[in-house]
Amino acid sequence: MAHPEGQQHPIGIYLKIWGLLFVLSTASYLVDFFHIQGYLRWFLIITFMLLKAGLIVAVFMHMLWERLALVYVIVVPPVLLMVLLSIGALEADYTFFTRGTFFGAGSAVPVEHR
Amino acid sequence: MAQPVLTSTGESLPLPEGLPGIVADWSSDQRAFKKVPWGKAMMWIFLLSDTFIFSSFLISYMTVRISTTDPWPNPSEVFALTLWGKKIPLILIAIMTFILISSSGTMAMAVKFGYEKNKKMTFILLLITAALGATFVGMQAFEWTKLIVEEGVRPWGNPMGAAQFGSTFFMITGFHGTHVSIGVIFLIIVAIKVLRGDLDRQRPGFLTGRKGNYEMVEIMGLYWHFVDLVWVFIFAVFYLW
Repeated sequence: MAHPEGQQHPIGIYLKIWGLLFVLSTASYLVDFFHIQGYLRWFLIITFMLLKAGLIVAVFMHMLWERLALVYVIVVPPVLLMVLLSIGALEADYTFFTRGTFFGAGSAVPVEHR
Repeated sequence: MAQPVLTSTGESLPLPEGLPGIVADWSSDQRAFKKVPWGKAMMWIFLLSDTFIFSSFLISYMTVRISTTDPWPNPSEVFALTLWGKKIPLILIAIMTFILISSSGTMAMAVKFGYEKNKKMTFILLLITAALGATFVGMQAFEWTKLIVEEGVRPWGNPMGAAQFGSTFFMITGFHGTHVSIGVIFLIIVAIKVLRGDLDRQRPGFLTGRKGNYEMVEIMGLYWHFVDLVWVFIFAVFYLW
């Protein structure tokens, strides 16, 4: 019985994405291997991470071919996590600052500025 | 692009695309997720909830890592291995990443062959996926053993720096490893179902009584790709930070 609702795509696209994921993983490993530091490191790591995640969701999980009603239900709620992420980062920075001020070795100066 | 669907009255209606499509799908007093089996829609919604669980873990990890005044152990050195007399940074984690990505590739192909009713190829690819997943868990067990026995890392402290390193590491990779292990078990179950022809004959499952069909392979695949997806984020923010 042929099912009309299945996702059927040529095998080539899976192999190409597989190869691409290998390249991106190697690239992110090389960022660490060559000790790239600072903002460049962050930019590269986050870029490779998002590219890999996007390829997996879009092609391997077939999001590219689903109807928009399902895509939005899955992809939009995680945007909320950006809010949680920002709150966490702000709060953590403040905690670090107060720890430096009150627990830093007998000093009123934050650890990062000493 | 007009595509006819069956409504309760038996009439065909054109399905609008894009934003009007969302409004039409949600407001039409019928199934909202068209062209997907309900099991697949439910798996997606489960994965969405799992996304929030893993995100909570990773955001908590970020919070404690930023706020600690102790130095954070350098993952590049902690997870280095000495191979052929040379110390290679993070190599174990890199190999684990490639193994998990490869298992995602074989899983995607298993879904394709499943819909083509190619039982043999689907079975083989599902077994390879399960084997790669088991290898991943094995390497993780090795990594945990090395960290606990040789490096002395505990959830409440470690000799290299911030105590939060151990607690977040065991929590995050432990939860992910559990997901992989459950995935391996279900991959083997689905592989056996494929080999026996349960999916062709629509044989009811032993637990749920649901009739077997090849959509199950795709739903299994969604879970497996999600496990790989979570690893992409763990690899980036825990090991490469």
